[in-house]
Amino acid sequence: MRIWDHTTGKVVVYNSSFQVSQGRCLAIVGESGSGKSVTCRAIMRLNTFKMRQSGNIRLNGVDLAELSEADMRRHRGRHLCLIMQNGMRAFDPSSPVGSHFRDTLWQHYGWSRSQITSRMAKAMGSVRLQDPVALMNKYPHQLSGGMLQRMMIALAIVLEPTLIIADEPTSALDTLSQYEVMEQLIALRAETGCAMIFVSHDLSLVQRIADDIVVMRDGEILEHGTTADIFSGTRHEYTRHLLEAKQRLNRNFSNRMGGLQHVDR
Amino acid sequence: MTIHRKMWSDKLTAISLTVIAMVAFLGICAPWFAPHSPEQVHMELRYASPSWQYLLGNDHLGRCVLSRLIYGIRPSVLWVLAALLVSLSFGGILGILAGYFRGKTDQMIMRVCDIMLSFPGYVMSLAVVGILGPGIQNILIAFVIMKWAWFARVIRTSVMQFAEADYVRFAKAIGVGNAVIIWKHILPVALPDIAVISSSAFGTMILQISGLSFLGLGIQAPHAEWGMMLNEARGVMFSRPELMLAPGLAIVIVVSAVNFCSDALQAALDPKLQKNTRKPLRGQGLFPAKPKGEEVA
Amino acid sequence: MNGYIIKRTLLAAPLLIIISFLTFALNHLSPLNPAEVVLRAQGVPQITQALIAETEAALGMDRPFLIRYADWLASCLRLDFGDSYITGTPVWSLLGPALLNTLKLTMVSVIAILALSVGLGILCALKEGRLLDRSVRGVSFFLTSMPSAWLAAMMIWYFSVKLDWLPTSGMDSSAGYILPVTVLTVSYAGIYFRIIRSSMLSQLYEDYTLYARACGLPERKITLRMLKNSMQVAVSVFCMAVPVILGSTVVVESIFAWPGLGALTVNSILGRDFPVIQAYVLVLAASFVVFNTLSDLINAALNPRLRKEF
Repeated sequence: MRIWDHTTGKVVVYNSSFQVSQGRCLAIVGESGSGKSVTCRAIMRLNTFKMRQSGNIRLNGVDLAELSEADMRRHRGRHLCLIMQNGMRAFDPSSPVGSHFRDTLWQHYGWSRSQITSRMAKAMGSVRLQDPVALMNKYPHQLSGGMLQRMMIALAIVLEPTLIIADEPTSALDTLSQYEVMEQLIALRAETGCAMIFVSHDLSLVQRIADDIVVMRDGEILEHGTTADIFSGTRHEYTRHLLEAKQRLNRNFSNRMGGLQHVDR
Repeated sequence: MTIHRKMWSDKLTAISLTVIAMVAFLGICAPWFAPHSPEQVHMELRYASPSWQYLLGNDHLGRCVLSRLIYGIRPSVLWVLAALLVSLSFGGILGILAGYFRGKTDQMIMRVCDIMLSFPGYVMSLAVVGILGPGIQNILIAFVIMKWAWFARVIRTSVMQFAEADYVRFAKAIGVGNAVIIWKHILPVALPDIAVISSSAFGTMILQISGLSFLGLGIQAPHAEWGMMLNEARGVMFSRPELMLAPGLAIVIVVSAVNFCSDALQAALDPKLQKNTRKPLRGQGLFPAKPKGEEVA
Repeated sequence: MNGYIIKRTLLAAPLLIIISFLTFALNHLSPLNPAEVVLRAQGVPQITQALIAETEAALGMDRPFLIRYADWLASCLRLDFGDSYITGTPVWSLLGPALLNTLKLTMVSVIAILALSVGLGILCALKEGRLLDRSVRGVSFFLTSMPSAWLAAMMIWYFSVKLDWLPTSGMDSSAGYILPVTVLTVSYAGIYFRIIRSSMLSQLYEDYTLYARACGLPERKITLRMLKNSMQVAVSVFCMAVPVILGSTVVVESIFAWPGLGALTVNSILGRDFPVIQAYVLVLAASFVVFNTLSDLINAALNPRLRKEF
């Protein structure tokens, strides 16, 4: 796949390809600006019209790149589900969050209002949100980022997609909510058995959730391998650099904290 | 000086800047450029078509249209600019004080601004002219009175962002005087914002003064002013519509050039407009949550 | 929400009082003595000191300033703005019908401006950077740089004189509305179009739009959501459009001989008819405050964040 900026002619992501199979989780790591988010949006064909892309995106034998816009829209949400970075900004600020769920589920499944509410309530319960029906009637600004993040996960549970794309789902959260959201993501995988693309720059999170890792820098894939391989013996200078930086930080942190042995979550 | 370069690199902006500079130069040196006296009446040349001697023809009193146009730059553009600068410096000083010192000073100045801004600008210009009597100097006074609050408000918002910046805090902490901080650290960074609002106000003011002169409330005959020339041409609008052409086009050209520069300036300063990323960064300072009459009028 | 309504409405009251005071005080800044103006207007041949004193007493000018202000304010509330210096008739009998005429013109224009700028603003925001967007922006840019007097004159010359389609002036028939409304719309729609377009555009790059799209919502629904959010800016701007246009019809009224506020004001300014000018300023400034309050209230109703705070 290749992505470039139509107006400036600048190539954002060079020829890169990867695959995720059923039930596995692929992590894309890299520093900011390395093309991770653009890649995710390209899979869903959601980049602005200035960004052009070429190449194939295959999902269960269907080439998403060749679908019509209307077919693509049917795939979004139903087969491909996105979990955004910032929950606080992901919902329409002038409507209750429930209206988004209703619109989405009605669009894909045509369920009735009460059906949607009961299914959503169940899913929200499973991501440990208390009093789901009341929460659905709240406006986004009345809820916390972590809650909204979990609501997106709950929606994903109900949608039962083939592939979930989580674009830095935890980087806007505080440590505690981060932990909870990670728990829910792991549970979500276990529950639905779907494939997942997990974008992050936090290697400790990646280590916990991912089966395979793709390392990106400046729009190029540097390395591709299973989590164990990459963490135990990377072949690439840059990946080693990332890993070391992480470890150094941790070592530093544990040294400062004195007795604590291992702070890596 | 990247802003400078960005603006010049755009052809249309460069043309606009050149137009404005040329108009200003023509206006200042009007006596040398105008081929005739703008007020000399030649009854035998009434409504004469353009000729080599009178390039744009003659008006209803046989006066040279081109000369009147050139002399008209002074009240239509240069005096407006002067009024703008006076209003801007007054509003700017208050805005900087309010934004920098905050607290009581800020509150007091902003209360007064709120009251001033709750008066509709155009109506108040009319009112001031109504009370003081028609005449260009009264319109200019009205402009100064009506516009400063708007400048103060916008500049305050802009200054506030910078007054909280770390380097300003640092300067305060090591005991640099307030006046020095404002002069050296606040004013230079707030200047781009000030340039944007003043340039957009400039275009509106040129239009307003031509409107008021058109109504006969501005400059008094026989002096030349573009709005006044429109007013004079209006009497023969049905038989000699071409007389409206020259002053009208002059206004359109100058105002478009000013507006264009204002837009280009804003684009050069606003990272959002160049890259189309997400949030407006500087734009928010320029358009407070609720645009009031002044800005749209 | 109720608390906010009361609070915001109460906030408008002191502002109105200050405005009325300034309006009243403004007249006393005039270099001319009102008594002299009255006498001149009545065509008194010889203005003597005694006559001036007599007229001053008749106008109540000999009483203290604050008492006169209180009296004036009290009568203003009953729509009694005094008598015109020139015609000697009550100001309201001049102002009322003129206000009504201008209001008619304003309302039609505001509706036209609203339809045009919202429609084009949304369309251009959705087609950002394409030919349509660029050409509409170019045209609107050019039109906003035009003096409305000139535009009006050109239109009269073309449509009324050359083609003889439309009347040049007056408000006798509905055809008389076409030209003045067009001129006002053309001169002001550009400004509002830009506001709507940029507020729609800022929604376009919001995360919620991306998420809604990622969830497979149809474009129509997403546009509707964007519209709802961008309307928060637009509603207050359009509320203010009513008093802004109300105060800006002067030139257009003058050129189309529309018997409204503008014509009345210009004549009063030229004739130094202070009570009329005073009433005009007061009515318009008050309408500014009222609409400003209204727009804040509508905004609060639309914006759940504000609703929570109060």
